[in-house]
Amino acid sequence: MSAALDFIDVRHGYDRQIVLDSLSLLVPEGRVTCLLGPSGCGKTTLLRIAAGLERPWSGRVRLGGREVDGDNVHLPPEQRGVGFVFQDFALFPHLDVLENVAFGIRSGRRSDRHARARALLERLGIGDKADVHPHLLSGGQQQRVALARALAPDPAVLLLDEPFSGLDTVLRRGVYEDLRNLLGQTGVTAVVVTHDPVEAMILGDSIVLMNKGRIEQQGAPEALYRRPENPFVMRFLGEANTLSAHRDGTDAVTPLGRYPAPAGDGPLCAMVRPERIAVSPAGGLPARVQASVFLGRAVRLHLELDGLPLTAEVPADRLYVDGETVSVAVDPADLHLFPV
Amino acid sequence: MTAAPRRIASAATLAVAALVALPILSVAWTALSAGLGPQWVHLWATVLPDYVINTLLLSVWVSLGVAVIGVSTAWLVTMCRFPGSAVLRWALVLPLALPAYVVAFLYTDLLEYAGPVQAALRDAFEWRTRRDYWFPEIRSLGGAAFVMSMAFYPYVFLLARSAFLEQSHDAWEVSRTLGDSPLRAFRRVALPLAWPSVVVGIALAVMETVSDYGVVSFFSVPTLTNGLFNVWLVMGDRAAGAQIALLLLLFVMALVMVERRARARRAYFALSTRSRSAAPVTLRGWQAAAALAVCAVPVLLGFVWPVWRLAGLAVGYDGAAGPDFAAVVARSLGLAGAAAALTLVVGLGLAYAARLGLSRSARFAARIASFGYALPGAVLAIGVMIPFGAFDRVVGGTLRDQWGITTGLLLSGTVFALLSAYLVRFLTLSHGSLEAGLQRIRPSLDMAARTLGRGAAATLGRVHLPLLRGALVTAGLLVFVDVLKELPATLVLRPFDFETLATSVYTLASDERYGEAAAPALVLTLAGLIPAVLLSGLLGRRAGVAEPP
Repeated sequence: MSAALDFIDVRHGYDRQIVLDSLSLLVPEGRVTCLLGPSGCGKTTLLRIAAGLERPWSGRVRLGGREVDGDNVHLPPEQRGVGFVFQDFALFPHLDVLENVAFGIRSGRRSDRHARARALLERLGIGDKADVHPHLLSGGQQQRVALARALAPDPAVLLLDEPFSGLDTVLRRGVYEDLRNLLGQTGVTAVVVTHDPVEAMILGDSIVLMNKGRIEQQGAPEALYRRPENPFVMRFLGEANTLSAHRDGTDAVTPLGRYPAPAGDGPLCAMVRPERIAVSPAGGLPARVQASVFLGRAVRLHLELDGLPLTAEVPADRLYVDGETVSVAVDPADLHLFPV
Repeated sequence: MTAAPRRIASAATLAVAALVALPILSVAWTALSAGLGPQWVHLWATVLPDYVINTLLLSVWVSLGVAVIGVSTAWLVTMCRFPGSAVLRWALVLPLALPAYVVAFLYTDLLEYAGPVQAALRDAFEWRTRRDYWFPEIRSLGGAAFVMSMAFYPYVFLLARSAFLEQSHDAWEVSRTLGDSPLRAFRRVALPLAWPSVVVGIALAVMETVSDYGVVSFFSVPTLTNGLFNVWLVMGDRAAGAQIALLLLLFVMALVMVERRARARRAYFALSTRSRSAAPVTLRGWQAAAALAVCAVPVLLGFVWPVWRLAGLAVGYDGAAGPDFAAVVARSLGLAGAAAALTLVVGLGLAYAARLGLSRSARFAARIASFGYALPGAVLAIGVMIPFGAFDRVVGGTLRDQWGITTGLLLSGTVFALLSAYLVRFLTLSHGSLEAGLQRIRPSLDMAARTLGRGAAATLGRVHLPLLRGALVTAGLLVFVDVLKELPATLVLRPFDFETLATSVYTLASDERYGEAAAPALVLTLAGLIPAVLLSGLLGRRAGVAEPP
């Protein structure tokens, strides 16, 4: 698998504020990579650099093996052949849908260009909107037009900046999987920027989690979720209980029991996701139910273990009474120990 | 972005900045390098005090006139309903269409000794001579103040009306429930809230007043502008002329400061939470009649009668319109069209260079250009003549001495000089409106076009220009009409024997050939209706021109 997009030691910022700190990243061809992270982590800046909308302070960028940024090299956006889907979709208000999509197709006669644009619209299921102006479309339809317009010139890489932020929440759910399927069908190399881990997990073949201009961890969604390399990754992808821990020889002693400690010395913390805590009538450590919240498909339990608060999420196959004593246990694979 | 276009853009914007700054710098340099020598002392001992006092008096009278007419009519048509109020809401803007010098010659024709009014009075009362009765002299400071108040009150009307429309009706109702009568609430709440806007309007009217040459020269009122023409063109004293020009410039700068401060306060007074707009009161009986009278008089005196009279004069004029008139119209339209195109191109260039982040000097140039609009036409004319004349002397002299080529005038007294002056004066009009238009276009549209393979120039052509169409048309029309009406700079800078509509109205009316002056004046008025209608339309709906709804 070759790299469609390659960042090498990229540094960039605004007004002396460093936004990307010597970042290197390989984006594999033909797959969807999600750049995930809190706002201000530099993910959008990285995307804009890939498109040529920003010129990095230093470092190199390669697009399909060709150097597009480097010492004395900066290819302007119009010569890069990348597709960009903007947060606000940025549809041209003076052009109808067909003209918007045909805007970037440069080769062929006008009728050919329009035929190609029309075919693309058909494929995305909005062929009937070709003659409409963008302001008459719903948010989801605008997103499809923006996608069609970016795909029309056959870009080497498709870049999507928060593609769902322009849609209202109710609408989003249906659109997530639509976009996932569309990207899968076209087989295009795509980089999606998002701050929402759920979006990233639905869309991404792999996730690059960024924080403060650096990459915290990259890999398949389930790898990041199940095997986080540090507390930031653990917390960003989902809820987590954090407990104190200390070393005792090669073991770590936690309120949930003894577990094999990671190499090194120094203090530790233990983290566990609420849904990975096994709650049973007996057989583990005793914990008291402080409060229980019924969520429909699960029950959320606020427990007290040795005076420490612990949150667990269990299947809603029974109800719990406040004050009830239950027994908790955590599998070693689900208890993550990190140096602090 | 590679370095080459950046350098070109920087050089181009700096050239524009230099061109715009040149007139001001030339005037200041000529005035200051002459120093406060004997001719300054002489000037100060003879005519200058008169110029200053007359300018100040005229400014005060016009301020009062436009404030009273503008505020009262704006209040009445905004807050009250009475027969005709819907028509008057836009008709009150119409006097803006008439150049003040046209109004001036029409009232002179009407009210002078030989005019119909005095003749009728003499007939009715059997007066024989001037000595038998008293009649106000129209060719006076008071007459000029009357004419200018009629011509310039729409500035105050427009700004006051938009302030009344925008201010929270709650404040008004609070003061009513606290026991204020409508009149008292107007004085204590509505007027103070609208005051910064009124001040902006007055400042604009006074800027027009001190820049005016047509009216004061018809009426022989020795203001600074009139004096500038006398000293510079009649007496030929360049240093003294430049010094008067500098004085005028300082006067205008003070006005600009007043205007800018008022604008800043206006933003502060504009309430962020805009409540319901005011529910107008329906007037009946004598109140309705009085309101109608107050609002109809300025329209009748400032627009209806002058246009009716112009039409009558034009129709009644039996001399041949001549091939001259057609040529003058064609020349004026061509000149105004060229000036509009030039200012649009330069204004768009500045605004787009700033948007691309190509040139830091673009904003600087625009800032300098924003002063050009306040520059009195006479000062501008002199500011262009000084450097262009110097260029002609140096280059022409060199060519003659070195190669024996006689060049005549190279720059001064050419259409090029005229166009430069118009560019300096009106650049900010086109730049401001195009910059505002560009700001309404989201930057992501630029980036979308760029990532779709279009360069900066293609993006401008395929995305920005279509979206800016409204702003381009508006800006172009405003500049076009302003250039058509512009008198003092055109009068001074035009090539020999080059008559435009404005200059022929002025020259013919100065010779009391009113019948002949009527036709070009009517054309100017019709053209002037375009911005008047645009302005009153903008007030009704403040929809963006950049994107369809």
